[in-house]
Amino acid sequence: MATLNIVNKSPFEKRSLDQCLARINEGDALLLIEDATVVAASGTAYTEQLTSAGKSGALYVLQPDLEARGFADKPLVDGFNAVDYKGFVALAAEYDRVHSWL
Amino acid sequence: MEEEYSGGVEKKFLYVNRRVPHGTVYALESLETVLIGAAFDQDVSMLFIDDGVYQLKKEQNPDSIDFKNFAKAFRALEMYDVEKLFVEQESLSERGLTESDLLVDVEVISREQTKALIDQQDVVLSF
Amino acid sequence: MKFAILVNEGPYQHQASDSAYQFATAALESGHEVSRVFFYHDGVNNGSRLTTPPQDDRHIQKRWSALAADKNVDLVLCVAACQRRGMVDDGERDRNKKDATNIAEGFRISGLGQLIEAGIEADRLITFGD
Repeated sequence: MATLNIVNKSPFEKRSLDQCLARINEGDALLLIEDATVVAASGTAYTEQLTSAGKSGALYVLQPDLEARGFADKPLVDGFNAVDYKGFVALAAEYDRVHSWL
Repeated sequence: MEEEYSGGVEKKFLYVNRRVPHGTVYALESLETVLIGAAFDQDVSMLFIDDGVYQLKKEQNPDSIDFKNFAKAFRALEMYDVEKLFVEQESLSERGLTESDLLVDVEVISREQTKALIDQQDVVLSF
Repeated sequence: MKFAILVNEGPYQHQASDSAYQFATAALESGHEVSRVFFYHDGVNNGSRLTTPPQDDRHIQKRWSALAADKNVDLVLCVAACQRRGMVDDGERDRNKKDATNIAEGFRISGLGQLIEAGIEADRLITFGD
């Protein structure tokens, strides 16, 4: 049993990413959407934390949201995979439950 | 608006509460959903983590801002067979609260237990 | 697979309704079923047929209504949230003696039980909010 965890806020504004990462289970996935996508791009204060989260679970970022915010061509944090909405749907189907950390 | 459901399916529903009450409507609406959902005979748990622990704080007096005091309804949950209320110890400690600050009997669990609880669910609702 | 979707925020203010719509569309294109979209809190404002966004902007309500018409997606607005926010269908107009209605084609007003039922009957319930 594993969870697809979704975070949609920039961690520079809200703490939901930290709060999610504190309770993510081994084998869970993290998907960044909307404003949270900004930290999928490498080189932020969250890069290290996300890299280490990637060692125990899969990391995804929603490409259209990333692109919308001007990060289409930026290198992603190690371990991140970009998905489109169909990829998002596939993840929601693949994992046992979806938990949106609003 | 009483709705009956007789599908015979029982799923594990977890309501995750992570917000301070009153500043937004979500705490009230989460409780409303649990109360309505009780008619569906599902396996319901409520989890209070992060700022959600403030929803269970004793001595709330939202009369002072002309808001309904819905916290009282937490005490009625038992009558609806909603008996699994979990509060994370780390979230209490971070906020300088203890179990004695809470208005209803809960099970205080560790962060590790919180992770395990989430991992057992079929449906996770968070507003 | 059968998906149900919960939308917690109104249109234009927050991306939640847009994200939910894109998710629903992608799910349908991937051959899945989207059984119900439940609109809660300010999310019920997505169902107003009186919105007029600028012509070069997306029309969020019409997109949802089209999903209901073309793909048979059940769009449900929470009744208590509607009553608080002035979202009125024929039944609510008569019951609460209002002088108008504003619910768009394809949406219907019903109780929170519809959200629970969606959670029970769907394989996955996905929440979009603030």
